[in-house]
Amino acid sequence: MNPVNYLYLAALLFTIGATGVLVRRNAIVVFMCIELMLNACNLSLIAFSRMHGNLDGQIIAFFTMVVAAAEVVVGLAIIVSLFRTRHSASVDDARLMKL
Amino acid sequence: MIALLIAAPLLGAAVLLCGGRRLDKAGHWIGTALAFVSFGLGAVLFAGLLGRGAEDRTLVQHLYSWVPVEGFQADVAFRLDQLSITFVLLITGVGSLIHVYSIGYMEHDERRRRFFGYLNLFLAAMLILVLADNYLLLYLGWEGVGLASYLLIGFWQHKPSAATAAKKAFLVNRVGDMGLSIAVMLMFTTFGTFAFTPVLDSVGAATSGAAAPVGEGTLTAIALMLLLAACGKSAQVPLQSWLGDAMEGPTPVSALIHAATMVTAGVYLIVRSGAIFDAAPDAQLVVTVVGAVTLIFGAIVGCAKDDIKKALAGSTMSQIGYMVLAAGLGPIGYAVAIMHLVTHGFFKAGLFLGAGSVMHGMNDEVDMRKYGGLRKYMPVTFVTFGLGYLAIIGFPGLSGFFSKDLIIEAAFAKGGVQGWILGTVTLVGAGITAYYMTRVMLMTFFGEERWRNLPAASPDAPDVEPAAGHGGVPHPHESPKVMTVPMIVLAFGSVFAGAFFGIGERFVHWLEPVTSFEHGHPPVSALTVTAATVTVMAIGVGLAWLHYGRRPVPVVAPRGSLLTRAARRDLYQDDFNHVVLVRGGEHLTRSLVYVDHTLVDGVVNGTAAGVGGLSSRMRRLQNGFARSYAVSMFGGTAVLVAATLLMRAV
Amino acid sequence: MNALAAYSTSTGEAVQFWILGTIAVLGALGTVFMKRAVHSALCLAGTMIVLAVFYLANGAYFLGIVQIVVYTGAIMMLFLFVVMLVGVTAADSLKETIRGQRWLALLCGLGFGALLVGGIGNATLTEFEGLAAANSGGNIQGLAALLFGKYVFAFEITGALLITAAVGAMVLTHRERTERAKTQRELAEERIRKGEYIPPLPAPGVYARHNAVDIAGLLPDGTPSELTVSATLRERGQIRDVSTEAIADLRALEQRSAERLERKPLDRQPRPGGSTELTRAEEAQQ
Repeated sequence: MNPVNYLYLAALLFTIGATGVLVRRNAIVVFMCIELMLNACNLSLIAFSRMHGNLDGQIIAFFTMVVAAAEVVVGLAIIVSLFRTRHSASVDDARLMKL
Repeated sequence: MIALLIAAPLLGAAVLLCGGRRLDKAGHWIGTALAFVSFGLGAVLFAGLLGRGAEDRTLVQHLYSWVPVEGFQADVAFRLDQLSITFVLLITGVGSLIHVYSIGYMEHDERRRRFFGYLNLFLAAMLILVLADNYLLLYLGWEGVGLASYLLIGFWQHKPSAATAAKKAFLVNRVGDMGLSIAVMLMFTTFGTFAFTPVLDSVGAATSGAAAPVGEGTLTAIALMLLLAACGKSAQVPLQSWLGDAMEGPTPVSALIHAATMVTAGVYLIVRSGAIFDAAPDAQLVVTVVGAVTLIFGAIVGCAKDDIKKALAGSTMSQIGYMVLAAGLGPIGYAVAIMHLVTHGFFKAGLFLGAGSVMHGMNDEVDMRKYGGLRKYMPVTFVTFGLGYLAIIGFPGLSGFFSKDLIIEAAFAKGGVQGWILGTVTLVGAGITAYYMTRVMLMTFFGEERWRNLPAASPDAPDVEPAAGHGGVPHPHESPKVMTVPMIVLAFGSVFAGAFFGIGERFVHWLEPVTSFEHGHPPVSALTVTAATVTVMAIGVGLAWLHYGRRPVPVVAPRGSLLTRAARRDLYQDDFNHVVLVRGGEHLTRSLVYVDHTLVDGVVNGTAAGVGGLSSRMRRLQNGFARSYAVSMFGGTAVLVAATLLMRAV
Repeated sequence: MNALAAYSTSTGEAVQFWILGTIAVLGALGTVFMKRAVHSALCLAGTMIVLAVFYLANGAYFLGIVQIVVYTGAIMMLFLFVVMLVGVTAADSLKETIRGQRWLALLCGLGFGALLVGGIGNATLTEFEGLAAANSGGNIQGLAALLFGKYVFAFEITGALLITAAVGAMVLTHRERTERAKTQRELAEERIRKGEYIPPLPAPGVYARHNAVDIAGLLPDGTPSELTVSATLRERGQIRDVSTEAIADLRALEQRSAERLERKPLDRQPRPGGSTELTRAEEAQQ
């Protein structure tokens, strides 16, 4: 089997995640979709690492995980405070971008 | 010295116009005295010029640098040569006499001081015009005389007709002034300077073929623009319409500005720029055509007018037509044109002063049909007017005879078909001149005394002229000495100037260094031409006598023939202007407004509406949903990826 | 897992890829399409575990373990906590509210996916280096050498980022109490002064057949009383209304008895929430 298949899988997961971000209204689910996209990226990075025969790809995937963790912490905090003020976790309810 | 010549009337204008009512009593004396000072200075300068050699008679006085800009040099410099001194003497001489005359004529006018201020202003501007050493300064004088003319035509501005006439004169002149300014600009772009000497010299160099710096097209354009300017100032077809109405001004003004001096500025301009016209034969042809048309045009108008001043105005137009025609003939005609200009200045000023004197004695009545048999009551006016009349019709021996005869000869000498046509036109013009002047003479001074049996002071008369003070049947009387003396002096001029200038071609030789001169060779002998002129003149006089001498003149003008009616309306010049220019202008404006509203505004508003509509569509995209924006971002990313792949593929 | 995977792909890996890959895609689709956030989170956790297996298969042993421990273990639990805070049972309506959003999203997704696949397909790969050499000194040792050598500054900055994120999360969620908490006495006095509802709030489930916190107690006329449910649940809209269930049950009983007694069944559908009196009155009119 050609390891390129991992890339195809990563692309598929990424696209599913992106579509989910666009389609879902629940902020938590949107967030989970973003995590899915990040994981898809990580998969491709690790596949690259294997193809090139060095560990730099894994290092970058590792950093991605750390950043994702930080992002999840802050993002979930935002969702919680949003829910507190608006009593809703729907991204459509936060329409402050348009008066 | 030359500057002082101008400074004197300028000082007069300043003092009189700024001096206020304190000068009301002495104002006219100051104005007249300064005019005489100017004349005296002119005479001294003339004597000085006479003392020099013929080729050494050009004096240039550089007063100060007017516009000292790099690449744009204009100086206030004056040029005194044979041509300008001739004008200076004419302007200051006739001007001084008319100042004297005005003292009497304007005696009862409250605003006499102001009138003299304007007259002095006119003298100064006219002197600047003829003495200027470059075209820019000439333009200053040109506008100055236009201003003075406007102020003086509208001097009695309480009369709506006068105010309208002043505006009309100003506006029509503006067209001509536009021509002059364009000509000056063209000169600057072509030659890089305004001064006469370099411009005319380089044109001369161009014609002689040595390293032609300018094409004939440019020269023709400049010449045509100069001609347009001359047409405006000198009331030539097609810008002639203002002169008749300009007679609304006081009669001395008509005499000085609209007969003797200002209206001849166009002729001066053409003669001064002779080198340019010589280099542009096409333009020269146009000049002669304009002159010929105006000559006949003015003469026909003069035949039909019952208003004595308007008849004389038509005559002025016609005589200037002669001059312009002569100036268009080139070196054959320049000096002759100036000579006719000077003699015309004398006799036409005399005629106008005579007309003013008649009006003065007839309660300011201008309708010749209400005159008649005045010779008994105004002997001096009759004699001086009569001498002027004989001069203008070219009675042998008087000044008009010499100058006009020379023009007719020069016209024939043009040669070929053109020569014959122009000669015939001038000859016919001479006949018509004799006809209408005889008509004026007969209606005014001969025949029955029609003013006695007027329909007893028409009811609207008091309303029309409440200030006349006399009312009822007029009591014709001779004018005071202060008015008759200038008339007598001018009559002397009209009688003897021609002979003085003409015999031995003295005048022509005097001007030759400036205007150059060559003898024409008419296809028939000069004597034949003279004989023909005299014959035609006699026929004109005879016809006029048949029409107006033998038969009584009706007080109310008969309906007349088609031509008469047309001529009474100035050959429909105003109607033509109205229909073609005013209506045309209105239509043009309206269509432009329409275009502006629909096209320009349409484009602007359409753009605005389009942007607005697009924006309100686009606004829907800005719905505030983060997910919508995310779609845009995602779509954009997809497009970017596609573009990258495409670039790689290509 | 298998050392062979480091330099070549075996049939075993292929089989594993196709099976687990399918599961991963299904999990991803479940994340997107599950109505409830909890189900989405569980699907995502499944996908992540599958990915962890793939990491291991690709020679990233350390990251595979980290993926399970940190991602699936910690981060997904964080998600579940938040889901609980927001409301576990709250089901999203999947009905789209923005016009055209779903189609646009689908179009963009398909287009983007096609482009990605096309892009990857362009990059041909015939042979590849395995990680055998790189992992020769041990995967963790290799990573550590890079992390504390080449990428040490990035690593330090990541630490700063994590601390900042932790502080940020605290700042965002922490609410400073600006006034003293009211005592029982003060609350009671306030309630008396307002005079709105003086006695203690009724307990949920009172007069109701079910006994649960999210089921409102029924008033004597059969309507649910919202006062019986906690304010938090009220705000979330998670009150379960059972007031119509009794009527529905009754109607079902009637129908069953009618079938058994071979009477003519009622042709009208039971109206949820509608009062029986009104229904009878309408029948009488007919």
